[in-house]
Amino acid sequence: MAGPVITARDLSLTFETADGPVYALSNVQLDVEEGEFVSFIGPSGCGKTTLLRVIADLEQATSGTITVNGMTPDQARRARAYGYVFQAPALFAWRTVEKNVALPLEVMGVADAASRIKRNLELVNLLGFEKKYPWQLSGGMQQRVSIARALAFDPKLLLMDEPFGALDEIVRDKLNQQLLSLWDATKKTVIFVTHSIQEAVFLSTKIVVMSPRPGRIIDVIETKFPRGRTLDIRETPEFLKVAHRVREGLRAGRSYED
Amino acid sequence: MKTEARGSFVPVAAISLIILVIWYAMTVPMNAVVADSKIAAAGGGLANTIEVSWSLARPVLPAPHQVAIEFWNTVFGVAPWKVKSLVYHAWVTLSSTLLGFVLGTLLGIVLAVAIVHVRSLQKSLLPWIIASQTVPILAIAPMVIVVLGSVGLTGLLPKSLISMYLCFFPVTIGMVKGLNSPEPMQLDLMRTYHASAWDVLRKLRLPASVPFLFASLKVAIAIALVGAIVGELPTGAIAGIGARLLNGSYYGQTIQIWAALFAAAFMAATLVWFVGVADRVTARLMGARP
Repeated sequence: MAGPVITARDLSLTFETADGPVYALSNVQLDVEEGEFVSFIGPSGCGKTTLLRVIADLEQATSGTITVNGMTPDQARRARAYGYVFQAPALFAWRTVEKNVALPLEVMGVADAASRIKRNLELVNLLGFEKKYPWQLSGGMQQRVSIARALAFDPKLLLMDEPFGALDEIVRDKLNQQLLSLWDATKKTVIFVTHSIQEAVFLSTKIVVMSPRPGRIIDVIETKFPRGRTLDIRETPEFLKVAHRVREGLRAGRSYED
Repeated sequence: MKTEARGSFVPVAAISLIILVIWYAMTVPMNAVVADSKIAAAGGGLANTIEVSWSLARPVLPAPHQVAIEFWNTVFGVAPWKVKSLVYHAWVTLSSTLLGFVLGTLLGIVLAVAIVHVRSLQKSLLPWIIASQTVPILAIAPMVIVVLGSVGLTGLLPKSLISMYLCFFPVTIGMVKGLNSPEPMQLDLMRTYHASAWDVLRKLRLPASVPFLFASLKVAIAIALVGAIVGELPTGAIAGIGARLLNGSYYGQTIQIWAALFAAAFMAATLVWFVGVADRVTARLMGARP
């Protein structure tokens, strides 16, 4: 596809609350190219989830423009342009693993559901668990089911909102690696919200550092790590340099005050 | 499950025994008005007091065994299609209970779906639904029966309508809560799929509301039975548990009234038990954690 996947210009979003307006996003400029892995990082309240939700048309910007695949977010959502992974698996408890993955296919009326379910469960290493119910799986496995569900209808864009935030570090490391190889294999564009510097630097080709009150972008860092990277790169000087720049950016945004 | 049943046997038996003892004891003072002269004629004393108080033909308070014998005779001693049979009357009441229960459940679900989907209905409809339940059913039942009778509707349907009137309410309240029970994240997920309201309803809201539905149905089936009995009272006591109660009070047949009451209680317990079984079977089919 020609042109950038995401273009945002002067994007602002203000929530009117009883305690006065909350400036969730302020003058955001953002470009995401096809095939990139972009992380939004920042402390809570910096608007990183809100920005993702604006891209997904789950929130609407107050001013400014944003396009997704050259369309408005509303059109892109109607065109089923993206798969969304939430902070929690949000699986349907009364559906088995395969039926959960089948959900978007049923809603969208996609053909060859069986082969898509199999392919995507294979992608997240969950073959053999088709007939299990969500309560029979660990938290990490449940989140992997939700990733397979987001990929089931083969969207070009994958939006992930702190998908591993609730998991322990060991599981998170493993899933990060799986996610990287999945990104490598599917050549999708990924936008990934996190509050972990390590995770952001390890996964991304582009790190967007954000700061709260008002929510804004204060730094965009391109990384040059190879696609087939492993967890070992976290010990390299280049990795630490990028991590340091992210940390500096967060500090400059006075994110750690009050 | 089995150990649970065994564990509750002793306490239940103990309470039943205490109730029986109090009941037997109370028959003596309660029946004194009717029994005193007979006791005196028999020569007085504790043995005669008990003998007379526990075997009156039309006691104020019948002894438990009198009720049990009446119950046994009218359930097992008479052919079930005879008017004298309690089974016959129970069946009449049961059929209108079940019809009213089905109608009320459908009405309750339809109202809940409407309320959840049309925001203005929540404000406009819900107060009326609540107001409908503050009207004493005993006052409104005869009017319903008479009005429907005047347009030619008699028998099963008017009674069922009273059951329906009572039992749609818990279903509506439970289902509104159940249909709103999905997490915001699950609703957002359906939005990212650009799912229609119909898909959200049948794939998310309805399955999520099933546990709430069954909780409501347990209440609904019991009050559907009450509705059916109340609906039988103004019909001139032709058939049904309600007719049996009214008939008994006309002729001072207290034993018959008590037997009918036990039949009603037994029916209610059985119906609630059936709903409970349906609840567990459905939960298992839907993959709920055992």
